[in-house]
Amino acid sequence: MSAVYIARSREVAARMLGGEMMIMSARDSTLFSLNATAAAIWKAADGVTPLDEIVKQHVCAAFEVDPAVALPDAEELVQGLAQHGILKISNAPIEEAS
Amino acid sequence: MTTAIAHDVIVEIGAMPVLVRTSSPEFLQVLENRYGGFMNPAADPSFEFDVDVVPPSKLPGADDADVDLSVQFEHNRWILERGDFHAELDPALRRGQIQLAASPYAIDAAFRVVHSLLLARQGGLLVHASSAIRNGKAFLFAGVSGAGKTTISRLAPPDATLLTDEISYLRREGDGYVAYGTPFAGELAKPGENVRAPLAALYLLAQGPENRIEAVGAADATRAVLESVLFFAHDTELVGQVFDSVCELVQSVPVQRLTFFPDDRVWELIA
Repeated sequence: MSAVYIARSREVAARMLGGEMMIMSARDSTLFSLNATAAAIWKAADGVTPLDEIVKQHVCAAFEVDPAVALPDAEELVQGLAQHGILKISNAPIEEAS
Repeated sequence: MTTAIAHDVIVEIGAMPVLVRTSSPEFLQVLENRYGGFMNPAADPSFEFDVDVVPPSKLPGADDADVDLSVQFEHNRWILERGDFHAELDPALRRGQIQLAASPYAIDAAFRVVHSLLLARQGGLLVHASSAIRNGKAFLFAGVSGAGKTTISRLAPPDATLLTDEISYLRREGDGYVAYGTPFAGELAKPGENVRAPLAALYLLAQGPENRIEAVGAADATRAVLESVLFFAHDTELVGQVFDSVCELVQSVPVQRLTFFPDDRVWELIA
């Protein structure tokens, strides 16, 4: 399977509040909140680090989860965030994000 | 040939003086009736409007008086459109033109939108909330229609000064926020007092069998306050500024849930 790269959309505003990452879409003013695991992935979404590497570095290490379990969950999460337009997904590095 | 005489009126809401220029005596009277307590002829205007009062049939949205408000940013100008007014504003020049029907509702709606746009850039917020001053401190009561904004305003004791029963005006000042009175009235049909005070607390209103105040977490407070903020533009920069302002607000002012039974005992909790 080819690598997956993720980048935070520039059309959002985000803040950490009360242990939750709050993200607001400027496109339609929808508000999202991410738990600690999802927030770790969101913060690491620099467009150039592959998703599996982000999961290893920022999820498995911090939350003591097996990569075989964490990666499918992470893939589902990023697909969902991409559908809402707050994250970009590509099979190649997303240079504009860096 | 006769030349219409233009009249300038400066309406200052929330320390934001807006000059309105009109040649319509009828509309001038509307302004004086509606905003008499908020006029400040000596103020240096932050924004200027030329108002053309036109028959409702001449407005672009005249076919549908209930058409939703539309706010677009095109060619460096804000274009505001509703059934009863059409406005084009240039934020760089701080000038704009409005065509509207000579109705208090049209100018009231235009003022609300304009203030929300100008205030957002200054870190302030318009909130769908009633507010009042007691013992030198301002308290906000936010909630959807029916939550009790007007009810709690009606129950206010004589020593409370009503700022508004509908739209509250907040500005960031120093480490906190200041609430200003507004002429934007709800069911009370009465403008607020043109005074200000530091904001001491923001209550999320609910009605229930007894009076109680409960803490609200920062994330839930942010969600609830965002739902109550008046904001009309889908502009990336401004949406980000409004979001940041709400986050700042909930971190600098206590946000609590106020459940109240609708009688005047609720004010025993607010001081």
